Amino acid sequence: MAKKIKISINGIFVEVEPGTTILDAARNAGVIIPTLCYHKDLCIAGNCRVCMVEVLGQKRLSAACATPCEEEMEILTNSLKVRNSRKHIIELLLSEHNSDCTRCYKNGNCELQELASEYKIMTQDFIRLVPFKNYTIDKFSPSIIKDDSKCVRCQRCVRTCAELQGINALTVAHKGDQMKITTFFEKQINDVVCSTCGQCINHCPTGALVEKNYIEEVWDAISDKSRHVVVQTAPAVRIGLGEELGFKPGTRVTGKMVAALKRLGFDAVMDTDFTADLTIMEEGTELLQRLKGVLVDHNPEIKLPMATSCSPGWIKYVEHLFPDYLSHLSSCKSPQQMFGALAKTYYAKARNLDPEKIVSVSVMPCTAKKFEASRPEMHDSGFRDVDYVLTTRELAIMIKQAGIDFMKLEDAHFDRLMGESTGAAVIFGATGGVMEAALRTVYELVTGREVPFENLDITPVRGMEGVREATVKIENPLKEWAFLDGIELKCAVAHGLVNAKKVMEAVRSGKSEYHFIEIMACPGGCLGGGGQPIPTSPEIRRKRAEAIYAEDAGMPIRKSHQNPEIIKIYHDFLDQPMSEKSHHLLHTQYTPRERF
Amino acid sequence: MTISYQLKRADFIFKNENDWEEVLSKNLSRTPSELINELISSELKGRGGAGFPTGLKWKLTAEVEDSIKYVICNADEGEPGTFKDREILSMVPFKVLTSMAICGYVIGAKEGYIYLRGEYFFLRPELNKAISEFEYYCKEINFDFSIRIFMGSGAYICGEETALFESMEGKRGEPRNKPPFPSNSGYMAKPTVINNVETLAHTYTIFKYGAKRFYDLGVQYSRGSKLFSVSGDTPKPGIYELELGMSLADFVDEFGDGDTKAVQVGGASGFLVPRKRFNETAIGFQGKLTGISLPTGGSMMLFNSSRSMFNVLDNYLEFFREESCGQCTPCRVGCQQLLKGIKAVKRGEKNAKYLDKLLRLTETMQVTAKCGLGQSVANSFSSIVENFREEMIY
Repeated sequence: MAKKIKISINGIFVEVEPGTTILDAARNAGVIIPTLCYHKDLCIAGNCRVCMVEVLGQKRLSAACATPCEEEMEILTNSLKVRNSRKHIIELLLSEHNSDCTRCYKNGNCELQELASEYKIMTQDFIRLVPFKNYTIDKFSPSIIKDDSKCVRCQRCVRTCAELQGINALTVAHKGDQMKITTFFEKQINDVVCSTCGQCINHCPTGALVEKNYIEEVWDAISDKSRHVVVQTAPAVRIGLGEELGFKPGTRVTGKMVAALKRLGFDAVMDTDFTADLTIMEEGTELLQRLKGVLVDHNPEIKLPMATSCSPGWIKYVEHLFPDYLSHLSSCKSPQQMFGALAKTYYAKARNLDPEKIVSVSVMPCTAKKFEASRPEMHDSGFRDVDYVLTTRELAIMIKQAGIDFMKLEDAHFDRLMGESTGAAVIFGATGGVMEAALRTVYELVTGREVPFENLDITPVRGMEGVREATVKIENPLKEWAFLDGIELKCAVAHGLVNAKKVMEAVRSGKSEYHFIEIMACPGGCLGGGGQPIPTSPEIRRKRAEAIYAEDAGMPIRKSHQNPEIIKIYHDFLDQPMSEKSHHLLHTQYTPRERF
Repeated sequence: MTISYQLKRADFIFKNENDWEEVLSKNLSRTPSELINELISSELKGRGGAGFPTGLKWKLTAEVEDSIKYVICNADEGEPGTFKDREILSMVPFKVLTSMAICGYVIGAKEGYIYLRGEYFFLRPELNKAISEFEYYCKEINFDFSIRIFMGSGAYICGEETALFESMEGKRGEPRNKPPFPSNSGYMAKPTVINNVETLAHTYTIFKYGAKRFYDLGVQYSRGSKLFSVSGDTPKPGIYELELGMSLADFVDEFGDGDTKAVQVGGASGFLVPRKRFNETAIGFQGKLTGISLPTGGSMMLFNSSRSMFNVLDNYLEFFREESCGQCTPCRVGCQQLLKGIKAVKRGEKNAKYLDKLLRLTETMQVTAKCGLGQSVANSFSSIVENFREEMIY
């Protein structure tokens, strides 16, 4: 280990490892330095200049985030020179920013607003630059609204799109006063390679990038007594929602969330977990059919590895960047869309409702789900399968608007028919969860025995490594699966599209031996989704993951095929996995798209 | 305080000597440390404007262990009022190429690049011919060194060394955070020496005639000669090689039109000196012997009494507003505020005190901007506003 470096920060002497930045050293020493362009998920940009500090003996100030500590440095973070400069920088940012805060979606959760408030910028000395420019607001995407007048050019979104997602849909264009964050040839976000994952929203410090919200539309539907409004909630919402409503990251609020949804006035509160289990049944069966098609029938039309299709950001990514690999995607719709199609068929029939009168709402940790719900092919019920998609954040807003004291709510239960959950469905919210759930069911279907992992915890597919691999050897299968005897099922799990790219390039190069891959567009899986509470960080995502696995461990049923409502739906309605009815309602096809 | 240093002409750079082969092979037979010491003892400082000691730059890069290193000649001559590098490259390209090769030998680099300003596209064919001839000779004497031209695309900021690396790597030309410095991590994150065209032309002189010959020119802290691009209200615009350390008064005697009101030293990012300060201003790097000493990349713009200093400043700020890369707040927004601010004062929309607010803003820009561009906007702004305040207001 290299020798530690001695420095002083505001007179406090500390020792740090070589390479430690002034910012990290200060935070460890209990000194807070304000930042704006800095984000724990991203590389250092050092461009906002808010974190400037004074290093004694140097004429210029240093950016704390980008400057490594050096021996004997005497650092001042609150000298007159620092304070004056910092105030100037914030004033400059505000002069360029559309500071109409009361009309901003991010009002109350904006890092620039916080800075302005902390430094009490009460006057407007500099000339306002916003009206002089032709700012554009791009609101044509069903998922993302981009308002350049609120952009502070910190490039967090650009770094997110490049480093976490490897897409570069958002880039910097022009220079000087014209410099802006935009897309290829300044096209609308809806027309470019964007996966609509919403990670840019999660990393934007201001209101420049926000989700397209459907709060008013949902209120209208709820208020319309002639409509029957059904809501489904995704696995990751129950471990994220609390953060928006006063709980610490990693708090499970499933029962309170259900109670709140009922108080909001939804006619039925059901669970996407149910269709997550259904996905396992369909996708697991599809995997087995594909294995048979390749290993027994040697059918060249059937492709392996099969990739999961639950993450709509991932789906759109493949459509743009690996259009020749669409046949590797499972044909299963995502749990949200399965739920939507069933709500207006199975549920309508069982409750004796006119499907035309049903409004299907989903609460998702995701902005790509908004895009997915708007796909023209997602009308298999005869109507738009999912009418409105809310993010976790939007639900929190509605709960606040309704005056619900979330902390005091008694736990409530999901409504029956499509409200039963299993541990397998809950872990869909974490990277590796779909893989784990699928293996729990597939292994048992094939061998008649439980997966050979202690407590059903398939730990090799858990964790936050970008790409993880696991092998499950199939021994002594049931008679009908005899062809799988001795086969080592090779699986890969990736989260964050930059890691998806690595897996896909391995597949493309022919070097991979994978049979089954799970890919989630967002870092950490859905728990780190683009619709989850802001801020996000590796630490926060780790806590959310712990909550998900705790929820799984506490479930009485932990395997999808044992979900009684799943057994019931196949008995009453769908017959069997991959049946004709399943094909019609639960499966879909994909569209190649341009790659710019 | 009056400075007694006089204007002295020199003639090294454009002297057509045609002996580069001899200079190259002679110097390749010396040891790298000998060459570094020669360069250090000449006290040559970078001629691009920043004035970093060239010998030290080579030494630092030579000391870093790496099998791949680069030599880059910065020919992105973009400072308003500078046009000397263009002439060097078209008149005496072999001097530059020879110095690049010697630098490669000293630091252990096998590849050199000339980052040529986009607008100097017309220089490329002749320069490529020279490079072929040069590389042919290198091969003949078994010296492994190649030089390629990289064309810039017209952004001023790409003359900043780290933005230049980004541009060469195919990225957006934006300055990097420093440290690391190029001597450790430059082009392709490899140790890199990047020198201005003129600096390399001077190293040729030093390696040919010895450090003393160069050292004997100029004054303490500002050794040697320098090319000056003289423009503006002058009867004889052009490029002149002069010894450093002369007083601005002498310079104006030589080049002024008899009505010189002010001289902008160092281009848009330099300082404006009003007539009353000509006597106490020397041209060179900061040093104890000189009064106010101004470093310069060589741009000398003379303004006579017919010029409005408001228009001059307005022109510079327009330039900076457009040429800022836009990544850091103080430079991107600061330049816009300065430009809109002086216009607002001129129109009477802001009162004269607003100029003081803007001056304080330039102080912030000076200490917070990420690179030299944003840091040096303060130079012209404060020197013009402080000296010609009434022209800003009325």
